[in-house]
Amino acid sequence: MKFDTPATTNPIDQMKVVGKATTRIEGPLKTTGTAHYAYEHHDAVPNQAYGVVVGSAIAKGRIASMDLEAAQAAPGVLAIVTAANAGTLGKGKYNTAKLLAGPDIEHYHQAVALVVAETFEQARAAAELVNVSYARAEGVFDLAATRDSGKEAKDQMPDTVHGDFEGAFAAAPVQLDATYTTPDQAHAMMEPFASMAAWDGDKLTLWTSNQMIDWSVSDLATTLGVPKQNVRLISPYIGGGFGGKLFIRADAVLAALGARMAARPVKVALARPMMFNNSTHRPATIQRIRIGTTADGKITAMAHEGWSGDLPGGKVESATQPSQLLYAGEHRRVTMRLSTLDLPEGNAMRAPGEAPGMMALEIAMDEMAEKLKLDPIEFRILNDTQVDPVKPQRPFSQRRLIECLRTGAERFGWSKRQPQTGTQREGRWLIGQGMAVAFRNNLLVKSGARVRLNDQGIVTVETDMTDIGTGSYTIIAQTAAEMMGVNLDKVVVRLGDSSFPVSAGSGGQFGGNCSTAGVYAACLKLREAVARRLAIKLDDATFAEGEVRSADKRVPLQAAAKSGELVAEDSIEFAELSKTFQQSTFGAHFVEVAVDSATGEIRVRRMLAVCAAGRILNPTSARSQVIGAMTMGVGAALMEELAVDKRLGFFVNHDFAGYEVPVHADIPHQEVIFLDETDPISSPMKAKGVGELGICGVSAAIANAVYNATGIRVREYPITLDKMLDKLPPMI
Amino acid sequence: MTISRRTFLIVGAVTAASVALPPFISVQASIANAARPIKASVTIWVNDEPRDLDLDTRTTLLDALRENLQLTGTKKGCDHGQCGACTVIANGRRINSCLTLAVMHEGSKITTIEGLGTPQQLHPMQAAFIKHDGYQCGYCTPGQICSAVAVLGEIRDGIPSHASPSLTEPPKLIASEIQERMSGNLCRCGAYSNIIEAINEAAEASA
Amino acid sequence: MRPFTYLRAKSPAEAAALAAQVSDSRFIAGGTNLLDLMKLDIETPTHLIDVNGVGLDRIEATPEGGLRIGALVRNTDLAADSRIRKDYGLLARALLAGASGQLRNVATTAGNLLQRTRCPYFYDTHQACNKRQPGSGCAAIDGFSRQLGIIGVSTACIATHPSDMAVAMRALDALVETVKPDGTTRNIPLAELHRLPGATPNIETTLTAHELITAVTLPTPIGGTHIYQKVRDRSSYAFALISVGAIIQNDGSGRVALGGVAHKPWRVESAESVMPQGAKALTEQLLAGATPTHQNAFKLTLVERTLAAVMAQAREHA
Repeated sequence: MKFDTPATTNPIDQMKVVGKATTRIEGPLKTTGTAHYAYEHHDAVPNQAYGVVVGSAIAKGRIASMDLEAAQAAPGVLAIVTAANAGTLGKGKYNTAKLLAGPDIEHYHQAVALVVAETFEQARAAAELVNVSYARAEGVFDLAATRDSGKEAKDQMPDTVHGDFEGAFAAAPVQLDATYTTPDQAHAMMEPFASMAAWDGDKLTLWTSNQMIDWSVSDLATTLGVPKQNVRLISPYIGGGFGGKLFIRADAVLAALGARMAARPVKVALARPMMFNNSTHRPATIQRIRIGTTADGKITAMAHEGWSGDLPGGKVESATQPSQLLYAGEHRRVTMRLSTLDLPEGNAMRAPGEAPGMMALEIAMDEMAEKLKLDPIEFRILNDTQVDPVKPQRPFSQRRLIECLRTGAERFGWSKRQPQTGTQREGRWLIGQGMAVAFRNNLLVKSGARVRLNDQGIVTVETDMTDIGTGSYTIIAQTAAEMMGVNLDKVVVRLGDSSFPVSAGSGGQFGGNCSTAGVYAACLKLREAVARRLAIKLDDATFAEGEVRSADKRVPLQAAAKSGELVAEDSIEFAELSKTFQQSTFGAHFVEVAVDSATGEIRVRRMLAVCAAGRILNPTSARSQVIGAMTMGVGAALMEELAVDKRLGFFVNHDFAGYEVPVHADIPHQEVIFLDETDPISSPMKAKGVGELGICGVSAAIANAVYNATGIRVREYPITLDKMLDKLPPMI
Repeated sequence: MTISRRTFLIVGAVTAASVALPPFISVQASIANAARPIKASVTIWVNDEPRDLDLDTRTTLLDALRENLQLTGTKKGCDHGQCGACTVIANGRRINSCLTLAVMHEGSKITTIEGLGTPQQLHPMQAAFIKHDGYQCGYCTPGQICSAVAVLGEIRDGIPSHASPSLTEPPKLIASEIQERMSGNLCRCGAYSNIIEAINEAAEASA
Repeated sequence: MRPFTYLRAKSPAEAAALAAQVSDSRFIAGGTNLLDLMKLDIETPTHLIDVNGVGLDRIEATPEGGLRIGALVRNTDLAADSRIRKDYGLLARALLAGASGQLRNVATTAGNLLQRTRCPYFYDTHQACNKRQPGSGCAAIDGFSRQLGIIGVSTACIATHPSDMAVAMRALDALVETVKPDGTTRNIPLAELHRLPGATPNIETTLTAHELITAVTLPTPIGGTHIYQKVRDRSSYAFALISVGAIIQNDGSGRVALGGVAHKPWRVESAESVMPQGAKALTEQLLAGATPTHQNAFKLTLVERTLAAVMAQAREHA
């Protein structure tokens, strides 16, 4: 179905199942270790062999020679795949760097070989026997040094220039001009990249861990040079992705090549220490923000200019994008410049662009509020806009940012905060509170589903949608249950298989709304088929409590499938509404921190997020999405940084001991409030995304709380103690 | 030349200043990696059943569980003791199964997530994780649950932690104690706040 | 990981003797660091001698009034021992600040002392590292060195020793007992166990070939306020940026050892006489001659401030 007019009343509005806090339907499997992830399909095919990836020892250059003799002779070795023997390989549309290098090396730990052996132990040992000589080439690894060579990426994020920024800024009585940096960050999902490949003639089945099934089928087919219809991907459970598993990675391609060469099913998981340089990461940014206001705090001029780098042909990290829409102000300039770096591939990570952008912008807003002697909440409210600031004829479909701010302030006890920095002390600890706005656009992507009804009254949903921890299984089941008028336990959901209809997939926080809207569309078709079979006029029919009811009839739903299973398939397609209206999600983050006045160690003590993101389909999993994003935001604020060796061109801290992510002890009890909202412009579900909204702004709220506690403004993330030590109060 | 281990060779002249960035490098193999696997037999009690295994001595307990016994509930997140996804309970104590060899566990009693409960008959901790949504992607979850079960035992047994205010008084069943003790189990989805609520509930139920 | 034979030793002397009979052998107890490094082809033994069955798992009182800790006592058990908690609180605190519950359940007293540096260049076999591969150079000195050593370092290596436990033991004047393959035993002051890198960072301890640690002895308790302050980027399960282990008496005198600054627990006994003059004077003496990198120079300030906080805390307890 085409979604081209705002949603009116529909069966979802009953909210008998949708909108109810619901535990995950796959919970009993995940908590008992019986949900099978990519590397765990022992029963799928017999005779599985093990592949271990060899990564490049240099960041840039070429393989001078490769000696496989010792590895090939090693016990148990079945095959060794290299670029030299893999045949001609294509490159997927979504990949920047090649997934199998040779002879050229584009980045550190880029795969140069796969060693396949009977056992994992044998493959790992033999991988150490692959002798490679490299000729190292000069590379460019320092973003700051390339800043001036950055170019506008017109196809990705063209400049937004409106009015006369320079003139307005120069004339503004109150000005801020500050530069912020965010580092390279890793997705660091818990399940490593993993795939198992099995060929049946020229047909390939790949059990993998992937967020976007259809993209990845296409890209794998392109890479291998086989027809798309010969490739099947199966990815029912995904141990975290955060954007890192949007695309096929080396494990997928090498498992397929290894299986072909060994003539056996081959499974490959990337070793953790190789993940950080072999795969993609969130690119570092430099962001200069200039804000000019009137004396009473109205923004008149706003410039947000950013710089990021990537491999040739790569992506810009569109960090300045939020400044196009978040605050009012007539004269503006929003730009990004992309330069070439020879570090591993930069790509999407949870709220790409917006997450690092909000890290900077929301510190800048705090700094500006202080200059104006305005409460930071009031400053934001003063500059709220209900329309696209550069296209005033284009309103937001919903924008309840002010209500988020007010609700949060009330619940958090913002009025008790001391605006004066460094004034709250508990023993050795300096206490501070900070806030920031959360803002993330709502994206819409076509999504399909197939729905079956059998004679037991079981409704089965099939779609290639994935559940990466987001709760897709459950919200899809809720949607089907609501639409077909059955209890949740009558719904079976099957996901992550390319033999199912193509869905939106999991990315850009569009998956929840779009995939359920696709299920909604398919269920509408199924309702038609049911009504036809039961000879009930569809307009008169209600689907409730396992029955189809009309004025004169009550028939059990399964009766419609008595003469055979009913199958319906449809998809949701989004049209002009997304252009007429700006669709975004909003929120407010509130944080309290304690800073050790001696060491500068920062501990987060309280966290609250208030979100306005359309209809919340499942408050349980939506809340989890938000607290998870808040947790990742704590990491981004306080500890996460891929340390670049600017001589050797690689991320040095490439394991979980070196790349620190938050642990239990870093995270306090977290509170989340969802405003009661529906957005009929977004989809028939009237829902939007929350999974990325939660990370946008939270790191700045922490930075602002640290400033409130200490009076120290750190503009270079992460805020580690070494950046504060010299400015902390003297020790007695 | 016999090379005793995987070696980083710098080809050509190297001065002290250029040592980190040689123009040409070669990664050379250790011939010892080519040796035949050495096998050993071991009997491990896994979830109350004796399992006889004839293993390559290099097999970790984690890989023995996942690959040889096909008990894939125990997860491999990092294989280096840095994430806790592989946590199992060995002879009553939680350990990282990735950093111990299977052959070192002759006669050990190992409890994995599969031994705690099943979808039909959940362990109270598993039920509490479901109720409080103490997981998202589910990959760290078996390790979190095994760890949580053991943590309650450690507090009951009076084992102190970094978060214990006093070394001489028994530790209390409070959030800060549980958070510190659970810190060896990373959850990148960030379910920590819910996990603590789940553990609290399971603790109260068992108290 | 290369194939290896696996043998279980029945006594400490047998273990040492077995080790001497074969080349490239290593003892394995907890294995939490050894296996980690074997997977990366950094440790490459072809024979493993499992010492878990040799006893050495008790904590016993010594005739002098101290404690003798068996080499195989697990970190969890050592930290939980009531005598340690009462009289050697510094040691319990240091142990509990290290690693995770899972690792402490397995890691042994001797293994903790013998764990190797966490320098990321040491851990990456593609990088130059004089400790891993003598003569290859040190990629860390001009590289990512934020975590690394600031004192007792050399132009060949700036790695630190990562143990928290050893810092406490150093302040407690612990002795390390060993047995050699020929059956002879000796006591090594903990101060002399770990070597500074000099020109040979690959030689990390003063143990001789196949010498096995059998116990660590703590002298009679000395009272005082015991504080172990570990400073790190996250709240738990992280290696120290720096740590301070201190035992401070009511009169302000005391002992201090530092972690995270050198390839051994860093203690300068002669500096301790200036403790009553405060953290600045103490730091100046403790870290005299420090040669930090640009990235880790903050550790000097951090040590001073942490020492000041620790001393203030001790005054409150006094």
